[in-house]
Amino acid sequence: MNKLVKLFTKESSLIPLMAILLGLLFGALVMIMGGYNPIIAYASLFKKVFGDLYNFGETIRQITPLIFTGLSVAFAFRTGLFNIGAEGQFVMGSLGAVIIGTQLSLPWYIHAPLAILVGALFGGIWGGIAGYLKAKRGVHEVITTIMLNWISLYFSNYIIANYLREPGQQHSEMIKPTASISLLNWLSEAFGYNARLHWGTIIALIAAFIFFIILWKTKQGYELRAVGFNPHASEYAGMNVNRNIINAMFIGGVFAGLGGAVEILGVFNYQTIAAGFPGYGFDGIAVALIGANTPVGVILASILFGSLTYGAPGMKFGAGVPIEVIRVVIASVIFFVAASGIVTYILSLFKRKKKEVL
Amino acid sequence: MKKVLLLILVLTLAMSTLLVGCGADKETADGQGAKIGMVTDVGGINDNSFNQSAWEGLQRLEKDLGDKVNIDNAESTKATDYIPNLNQFISANWDLTWGIGFLMGEDVKKVADQNPDAKLAIIDSFVDAPNVASVTFKEHEGSFLVGVVAGLMTKSNKIGFVGGMDIPVIKRFEAGFKAGVKAVKPDAEIAINYTGAFDKSDLGKAAASTMYDQGVDIIFHASGSTGDGVFNEASDRKSAGNNVWVIGVDKDQAIIFGDEITLTSMMKRVDEAIYQVSKDLVEGNFKAGLVELGLKENGVGLPENNPNIPADVLKKVEEYKEKIVSGEIEVPAE
Repeated sequence: MNKLVKLFTKESSLIPLMAILLGLLFGALVMIMGGYNPIIAYASLFKKVFGDLYNFGETIRQITPLIFTGLSVAFAFRTGLFNIGAEGQFVMGSLGAVIIGTQLSLPWYIHAPLAILVGALFGGIWGGIAGYLKAKRGVHEVITTIMLNWISLYFSNYIIANYLREPGQQHSEMIKPTASISLLNWLSEAFGYNARLHWGTIIALIAAFIFFIILWKTKQGYELRAVGFNPHASEYAGMNVNRNIINAMFIGGVFAGLGGAVEILGVFNYQTIAAGFPGYGFDGIAVALIGANTPVGVILASILFGSLTYGAPGMKFGAGVPIEVIRVVIASVIFFVAASGIVTYILSLFKRKKKEVL
Repeated sequence: MKKVLLLILVLTLAMSTLLVGCGADKETADGQGAKIGMVTDVGGINDNSFNQSAWEGLQRLEKDLGDKVNIDNAESTKATDYIPNLNQFISANWDLTWGIGFLMGEDVKKVADQNPDAKLAIIDSFVDAPNVASVTFKEHEGSFLVGVVAGLMTKSNKIGFVGGMDIPVIKRFEAGFKAGVKAVKPDAEIAINYTGAFDKSDLGKAAASTMYDQGVDIIFHASGSTGDGVFNEASDRKSAGNNVWVIGVDKDQAIIFGDEITLTSMMKRVDEAIYQVSKDLVEGNFKAGLVELGLKENGVGLPENNPNIPADVLKKVEEYKEKIVSGEIEVPAE
């Protein structure tokens, strides 16, 4: 328990907490200016997220892909790389999973794991391409990953539209039931419970643990972090910087690819011909940022982010706050978290006062 | 540090209690009258087209019936939002929940199966469930008429069609339009472009630009807010002195984009359909099943005022309309 208290009063966790609080306060201010009651609004947000089991389950469904993409961005960041491409790796992961899920007929204990693995591999390769270009050709990963995002979107649209499409529909065929990792059928038969829960959430938590093991308990992870701190020093110490860059992007891509795969196998059971990105990859950047690139931080930030996005319609439904104002509220939370300098400044004001009193 | 947190907590609570009085009252339904909710697709409520038209239908109903009806909408930003948004209304026991658009078909079906006591309705897709009312339109009939207009009024003999996604609904627009053009001008060339999106006006602008460059002078778009880009390009060309036109879709788009570039519009009366089905529900006459609205039912057609179309063309349009309504002409749907 003492440990827990310490965890939350440490500077590194205090800043995000303060930032969230400031964001909510600022959001409340905006709502008051617009003539809406922030208490009712936040209460209905809370109610939408935790109010009943159905919505709670759906919130978990919303949180799951964010953990994956958050881990993806955070992992690359640990090696000093800025992975904007989690979005594209996510899409490629979905594509890999949907190809295996629709095209093969296998027993469930092979089919679902294989679909997940192929999805992860697709994502990994997609990230690896950017890593390769960075390592061998010095192309900045921000540029390549942004470009690869678009390529992945249109590539997967092309594959689905021409090879996997269900006639007359705007999406692929359904995956075979053996590839599904959804808990929905089982839950709704046993309890009449309809939220789209799936095994992917467990996989997300395992992935966060693996993230920790790789980076802090293996030689490879030590090298990755060393390259992140200072590539020149690492090279001088005899590490292969280029290989580490490729590895980091590959593993980051695997995380995002896993997210895309479980989203298909657990939630949709088909992939749509999408006009735009699902947005999880970009949210993943914010999640990694809020989570300070640590596995626990990423999970907590995903919970915050997922709850806010899932609960937002509740504010409209319960308190009549228009969606635009809700977006301002969410954005201000992110803003204060991202601009942690402001928060540290405010905290330091309090600290100084305390010293004067003493 | 704890003191700081405590202080902030106290301040928050203090501020909140002070300001409770200022807030607006709960806007949601309070037990009086029928409650009708509507879930948009990813286009959002202000898409100048489909979703907006649907919402206007509900707003008109609220105006006409006053206290007897309460309405609200939920906007979806991702495809994963559809089911929770539908369930939001259903779990709060709303009397009718609308899903707007073809893309929500499967989700409406799922939710309807899971909640057999709830009533749902959907536009543009047929959901086969005992508690769902489905409304589809014979877009090909209305598109035939604007095809006739385009065929008779083109100077370059080249006509364009910009579609949103390649789905059956939009295919009906294309098929009817082509048939209409061919009926009056068999040798006209028709350029077809599917942008793949209903919400990307940049793609619409690019598609229109290519077509106008090829010598097309009239473009019919059926692409939601992607069409905003088509209008934008047309207006650029018009101010450069080229005589180009756009035929709008869903609503009378001349009202938004002006008579200078809008030749006419293929109105799809989503508002009317929503109004009727919802009104039936309020009066206790809700019927599940499929309703198809065509020219005969005034579900599709041209707007009342068409200042840019000469009288003889309008007369021709009227003739074709009668032939379609009487069944003399069967417009192909694909």
